[in-house]
Amino acid sequence: MVPLSWYVALSAMMFVTGLVGVLIRRNIVVVLLCIEIMLNAVNINFVAFSDYLHLIDGQIFVFFVITVAAAEVAIGLGIIISLFRLKESVNMDDYNLLKL
Amino acid sequence: MIQQLPFFYFGGMALVCAILVVASRVAIYSAMALLGMFIHVAGLFIVLDAPFLAGVQLLVYAGAILVLYLFVVMLLNLQGGGSTPLQKQTPWAILLSLLAIGELGYLLVKTHFYPKLPAIPHPSVPTLGNSETIGMVLYTQYLFPFEVASVILLIALVGAIVMARGRGRFRPE
Repeated sequence: MVPLSWYVALSAMMFVTGLVGVLIRRNIVVVLLCIEIMLNAVNINFVAFSDYLHLIDGQIFVFFVITVAAAEVAIGLGIIISLFRLKESVNMDDYNLLKL
Repeated sequence: MIQQLPFFYFGGMALVCAILVVASRVAIYSAMALLGMFIHVAGLFIVLDAPFLAGVQLLVYAGAILVLYLFVVMLLNLQGGGSTPLQKQTPWAILLSLLAIGELGYLLVKTHFYPKLPAIPHPSVPTLGNSETIGMVLYTQYLFPFEVASVILLIALVGAIVMARGRGRFRPE
């Protein structure tokens, strides 16, 4: 049987991978992809604890996380398309003005 | 060892795919690596006795969200020569990342994990399947969050259309 700590360690490693991606990548689409990695890392944690404690609530939370992730992606990609129309670029360093 | 093999395969592949997402220079390769990560995380869910969530993961993440990403990557024409992954923020990014790694490692080492709890026997309650249990809890105990989630999805629907429509609304001319 796989101990719970291994799942938590895997989840931590995936979360850090996503965090590093958000910090070092400047392509805004890839940054959004890295946020998905972090959300998935958290989901692994939820499901692992749900299995080890025999509580279904963790899986319900993952359900909601997936819902919110879908909403976040739809809005985020809409914003990216809007920004790309404005600046002709996906580099985050080019987005440095609030006004048009 | 043979029982731990699925964990090592799915977990290891998910981690490798996550690293590929961060490391590859072309955005579409990142999206494809993310697809691999979603599939292997779904495999982990099956290992963890959550087949319903594995299905939802495949349908929503690999089926819907990733296609949205691919649409945007191809719409914005990002395939050719993406920017270099590491730029001027690198020193600070490395410092903060090492800090985060150290913090998580410290927490993991310091945490005491209990072994798996034994299943609580409920002789009177008939054992339900995974999907049935989730449905029962979702539509009774978590009914209000469920409705809130539907409102969030509606807002996302309207917001995405308004954001992506453009056509004079977000342009100065």
